[in-house]
Amino acid sequence: MAAANDPIHQFTIVPLIGDGALAFTNSSAYMAATVAVSVGFLMFATASRTLVPGRLQSLAEMSYEFVANTIGQTAGKAGMKFFPLVFSLFMFVLVANLIGLIPFSFTVTSHIIVTFALAMLVITTVIVYGFMKHGMHFLKLFVPSGVPGYILPLVVLIEVISFLSRPISLSVRLFANMLAGHITLKVFAGFIVMLSGALGTAGLLVGILPLAMTVAITALEFLVAFLQAYVFTILTCIYLNDAIHPGH
Amino acid sequence: MFEKIGPSGLYVLAQADHGAPGQSGAAPAETHAGTEAHGGAHKAPFPPFNSETFAGQLFWLAIFFGALYLLMSKVALPRVQNILEGRAERIEGDLAEANRLKAETDEAIASYEKTLADARAEGHRIAAEVHEQVSKEADEHRARLESELNAKLDASETQIADAKASALGNVRGIAVDAASAIVERLTGRPAEGGAVEQAVDASLAR
Repeated sequence: MAAANDPIHQFTIVPLIGDGALAFTNSSAYMAATVAVSVGFLMFATASRTLVPGRLQSLAEMSYEFVANTIGQTAGKAGMKFFPLVFSLFMFVLVANLIGLIPFSFTVTSHIIVTFALAMLVITTVIVYGFMKHGMHFLKLFVPSGVPGYILPLVVLIEVISFLSRPISLSVRLFANMLAGHITLKVFAGFIVMLSGALGTAGLLVGILPLAMTVAITALEFLVAFLQAYVFTILTCIYLNDAIHPGH
Repeated sequence: MFEKIGPSGLYVLAQADHGAPGQSGAAPAETHAGTEAHGGAHKAPFPPFNSETFAGQLFWLAIFFGALYLLMSKVALPRVQNILEGRAERIEGDLAEANRLKAETDEAIASYEKTLADARAEGHRIAAEVHEQVSKEADEHRARLESELNAKLDASETQIADAKASALGNVRGIAVDAASAIVERLTGRPAEGGAVEQAVDASLAR
């Protein structure tokens, strides 16, 4: 009963199959659903392969070209080798966010460990590819050209700190947005129930206000779901660009 | 505040739903909710920061994100790419075909214009040739006519001059004869041979 009104309860992880640390949980199930929806959408939309696309195929092509353009604009042509990774990240985050907006569902991206893992995947890719491609020249990333020698140590320190904080900012931004949005939704929706419970009919009438808020916030959350996926994607592209062109 | 209001509000709701619930039905629900909330709070204060779930989430994320990456890179994205490339190729091919046809048309127009220009030039040439030939023939004709006329004129002039000379010759003989006859009649004796002729010549020369 408390679970119905507890804004935090929606984030609890419960094992569905198996037991112990690696049990298949509700989080795992929603990850599986995210993958199934992402891949299923693309496969179903491109099933007919028409020359003049229908609505679904158009949507699939739009998502493809959207990510491709984002990479092209931020990381250039060389960034296209990371296209499958960036597209997978974009689709995973977007679909996970959108599935989380379905009432009573679980939001995979509302857990910091998931967003942090995705962010670390990006940063690891940047570091590994950077060193593979440029060797020690990759460290030039931390040494901007045209900076006077006497402030160079300070600048390098700032660059290193900013680089190290990237996975944190990347993961916390997505996690916090999802978490806060879902808590807000739940709290406002809970007000309706509480008002009607405490004040009866009058409460139901006053409850229209939080209901309107809930509807408005739901719309906002759809925007946030897309926007955060886009922000995650474009930052990924910008970081990958550093690996491709380390010189500032 | 939340937990306090929440269960009580729901309790009221539950009462309204059931109409007239027994006290024994609602009380265990409340205590059960209370223990659950209490127990949850005790075990895991905040689910996203519950490190016990981290390993499992990472494990399944690795599996499912890996699967997503493989499916995307090997199956789904190449399909979309094929469609887009096929369309781009089709458009490119159509444009190339259109350009080829346009070039052909231009070529046909050019050859047509060239033929037209050639024909016109040929026409001009023939016209000029005919004109030249005609004018040459006319010139020749005129020249021949002129020379004939000139020849006739010359002949006539010679004839006139001859006639005149012979006429003048006859006049002298007649004049000499007449003068000689007049002198003989007047003097009664023939005139001296050369005198009459000299006198006639002198008067003719005047």
